[in-house]
Amino acid sequence: MRPLSPTKPQPLRTEQIILFRAGGQVFAVSSASVQEVRGIDSLGSAKEISHPQLPKVKHFVQRGEHSVYIVNAAMHFGLPLSTPALVFVLRNVRTALLIDGIEKMTTMSRLQALPQAFCHEEREWYRGLTALDQTVIPVIKPEGFLTPDELFLLDASLLHSDIPGLGAEPDNVLSTDLIGTDSDASLTQ
Amino acid sequence: MTVMTETDLQSFVLLRLGERRFAVAATQIAELVAPSRVFRFPHRTTDIEGVMLRRGRIVPVCDVAGTLIGKKLTSRRFYLIAQRRYGVSTEWVALPVTGDCELINAEMTSPSHSDAPHVAGWLSHGGDVIEVLNLTALTPGAKVLPAPPPAFERQEARP
Repeated sequence: MRPLSPTKPQPLRTEQIILFRAGGQVFAVSSASVQEVRGIDSLGSAKEISHPQLPKVKHFVQRGEHSVYIVNAAMHFGLPLSTPALVFVLRNVRTALLIDGIEKMTTMSRLQALPQAFCHEEREWYRGLTALDQTVIPVIKPEGFLTPDELFLLDASLLHSDIPGLGAEPDNVLSTDLIGTDSDASLTQ
Repeated sequence: MTVMTETDLQSFVLLRLGERRFAVAATQIAELVAPSRVFRFPHRTTDIEGVMLRRGRIVPVCDVAGTLIGKKLTSRRFYLIAQRRYGVSTEWVALPVTGDCELINAEMTSPSHSDAPHVAGWLSHGGDVIEVLNLTALTPGAKVLPAPPPAFERQEARP
């Protein structure tokens, strides 16, 4: 009879997250999803854009051949408007996020799928929920801020705008890793 | 004269919302808990107030009083945690109630065609006629998707 081999404890999978505030509400985002954190004053190159169906987008920045749209997070979530101070440039999407500020960086060890009772747009907004220090925090989904249709509308409005350097021809071809290939760390849901 | 056998009887939990009582099949009830903190975050699903933490799970809190008695609850005494079916899976949902709950055995009468979708049946208890709730119809959740097409159709749909 062979002795039982000792079972090796499974290492706890964790994911580093950034807790941030927008419109007075705390959210979490995977730090792997955030490419840059910038002060709002450092976005001097941002140009104005306006689309009647998307009041949450008022500015964009040109990164190489890509337009990155700056979404007001509070407006996106229907929260009271606040004074944003920071911008998260998100990885792998053409979205940057205006937020009030960063609360802290921490790790989560469990991401619970959004309960199925939530059955509207929030299913596109959140990867899930996590419990930290006896508090429940929604973990945002970077691709949930602008749908492909909304990106199409914004791109189309740029094509028809008279903003110098925009239109059918990209203004420059600076290399950028904004649209990278890194995939977000994911946890079992 | 009808003779009611034990097999006709089912267990139900009676819950109170304001002045009215409703019933849920006891097999669908997980527990009755004291009010605890409800965490709120942005969403667009009406009737869902937020979520609560219970035994390591994140449980949505669903105020069904608007549908059942025509007004939202201003106070609550307990949360009745019930199992809500979503297709083949079940999840917990917390229903705020305003009074004590009671476990009874009773015979359920089937609903009629004119009853609202959230009525799973009727009970007669203590001189009251009480609605048995169909939580799947009463609480929010995505509609169950239709069955996928046969495999050969799916293959044809591929580019």
